[in-house]
Amino acid sequence: MDLSLRIDKKTANGDVSLYKKRRWGEGVIQGFLYFCGIFSIFTTIGIVFELGKESLLFFMNPEVTIWEFLSGLNWQPQAGEFGILPLVNATLTTTLFAMIIAIPLGLSIAIYLSEYASARVRGTIKPVLEVLAGIPTVVYGYFALSFMTPLLRSIFGENTVDIYNTASAGLVMGILILPLISSMSEDALSAVPRSLREAAYGLGATKLETAIKVVFPAAISGIAAAIIVGISRAVGETMIVALAAGAGPKFTLNPFKGAETMTGHIVRISGGDLSYDSIDYNSLFAIGILLFIITLVLNIVSQFIVRRFREVQE
Amino acid sequence: MKSPSLLPLFVSNLKRRHLSERIWRIIFRSSTVLGIVFLSLLLYNITNQSFGYAAIDANIQPESLAVDGVPLEDLSSLQLQQILENNISKGRYRQLSREYDLATITTEEMYSLVWENVVEPKVEDTWPLFDSIFRKSEVFAEAAKEYPDAALKFISWVSPEFLTTPQSADPLKAGVRTAILGTLWTVLITVVFAFPLGVGAAIYLEEYADDNWLNRIIQTNITNLAGVPSIIYGMLGLAIFVRALEPMTSGVIFGMNDPQTANGRTVLSAGLTLALLVLPLIIINGQEAIRSVSNSIRQASYGVGATKWQTIWNHVLPGAIPGILTGTILAVSRAIGETAPIVVIGAATYITFDPNNVFSKFTSLPIQIYQWTSRPQAEFRNLAAGAILVLMVILLSLNSVAIILRNRYRK
Repeated sequence: MDLSLRIDKKTANGDVSLYKKRRWGEGVIQGFLYFCGIFSIFTTIGIVFELGKESLLFFMNPEVTIWEFLSGLNWQPQAGEFGILPLVNATLTTTLFAMIIAIPLGLSIAIYLSEYASARVRGTIKPVLEVLAGIPTVVYGYFALSFMTPLLRSIFGENTVDIYNTASAGLVMGILILPLISSMSEDALSAVPRSLREAAYGLGATKLETAIKVVFPAAISGIAAAIIVGISRAVGETMIVALAAGAGPKFTLNPFKGAETMTGHIVRISGGDLSYDSIDYNSLFAIGILLFIITLVLNIVSQFIVRRFREVQE
Repeated sequence: MKSPSLLPLFVSNLKRRHLSERIWRIIFRSSTVLGIVFLSLLLYNITNQSFGYAAIDANIQPESLAVDGVPLEDLSSLQLQQILENNISKGRYRQLSREYDLATITTEEMYSLVWENVVEPKVEDTWPLFDSIFRKSEVFAEAAKEYPDAALKFISWVSPEFLTTPQSADPLKAGVRTAILGTLWTVLITVVFAFPLGVGAAIYLEEYADDNWLNRIIQTNITNLAGVPSIIYGMLGLAIFVRALEPMTSGVIFGMNDPQTANGRTVLSAGLTLALLVLPLIIINGQEAIRSVSNSIRQASYGVGATKWQTIWNHVLPGAIPGILTGTILAVSRAIGETAPIVVIGAATYITFDPNNVFSKFTSLPIQIYQWTSRPQAEFRNLAAGAILVLMVILLSLNSVAIILRNRYRK
């Protein structure tokens, strides 16, 4: 909509020329903005390309087969064993413990904030949750080492619980993810129109019954999306597990023992001396691409759930 | 009189429903309280470890070095130099005389040299603040039993000196100055790159983009990028900025590189990686801010004959600036606290000099915390707590500014 007239140029008989004034500056700016928009695609292309390239080098190495990678129970690069299951197992254990804390508490807080709490209470709780969400993960890692692990050791005994264990890392991760689940669920619950609640009250339901049987199912798509985003966050979490879960890949179902997750392994290996073009370097990218695929799939599923199953409100 | 079985159902189970209502309300309320409890536990834990008594043992007790009854602190520079020469090895004395001009340094510096090299204090154990205040006698008793030679001193691990001293291997003298400067440099580079790109992309997506398949892909792409774990960004930065673009990021092209090691693990690489990380955040926040500017303003501007860019620059952007700034501050907070990508990029684990240009090696505050937390000794736990306090204060101030901005903007 360029309505800029050339009012400075006059035609032969003194009238104003109605030809559009050429503004090449607009084109330059538009080109720059277009570049900015496209730039994010470069990031994704970069991620896929780099992860893919190094992983390909990894899998082309004669010592490694994809089958062994996906099903092997030992990750010992020195011995030439590259089975990723110990790392995946540790990731799943920490995620499980994180969800044990984050889902019940997050949903309870969300229900409380959207159904029961007064505006004043909501005004105090929400900032607290925002602060919890904004604390850097390395601080949570410190908390896991200096508070949660001694706590677990004093409850369950020093012989059952190692100094580095996946349970305490997982529990602290739950505290980290709790605000995420609670705020996304609360948004979903608040988006349910008031008329549904009023209808339930009109039929004689108590507040609890309305919340659990009417509002919650109406918001289920948003809540499911919140939980999946929480899981994705837990899978990708690095510093808490790097500090508190242990070093050294180990396949164990006992959460009180130390084990290394995918992310913790990447951080530990790349923090030390790493020569490019070694199989260790390439193996990191193989783990990385697996991690990327898992979190990408989880994120896409969560977006799909929101779009597909959102209840049509009138 | 009606028998109970003929009463309508809703009367007979009313009590049960009310009871379960009350129980669940208590459960919900306690979950909320639990959230606050977690936060307080975290803050308590950190403050607890940031101050407290420490049992400091010395290799040679300062009392034994007193000359003719004059304590160590009051000796003259010459006497101190004599003590230094007598008590340390010849080689070390030669090395010290090369580093410092022993004839002309001040008495304080000589005293600190004696203190470091002769007395050699070492922390044996530390106690948290709560114990140091409320269970003082027990702390003293324990110290007397375990470390009879050690002196108990109350140390504030966070102090103005902590902020201004560079890092050191000796926990008693370590400070976070290098880390804070490294963080500042990195975040500066991040903002310089991410802010224009992010705001530009937001403007493009909201104002210029039609609803075709390419733009929808860009939008989905940005949402997905926001959910990618930060360590993947670290690996991307390692592969591209540190490795592939090594000549540029290490400064070899510009001739400004570190002469001993020319590699890409510099502040520039870290800043660029973090810029990629926070870019989706800035874009999403910027889009929301621009979307919230009411359309009538745009139409009015077009109505008086402005071009698209004039409208955006003079009317849309000023209205969207508070939201954009809030998003930028949140992105900066995220960048300050990020550790994993920077570890993968290769922040130096132990450097004592301050970064002086974009091509220097560096460390950052979260890396320092990570470093110190991974050490098992007690005093490093305290140092880490002190550094965490510093980090939290920085972040809390940033977030308060963002919240104030957001509240003013909402009005």
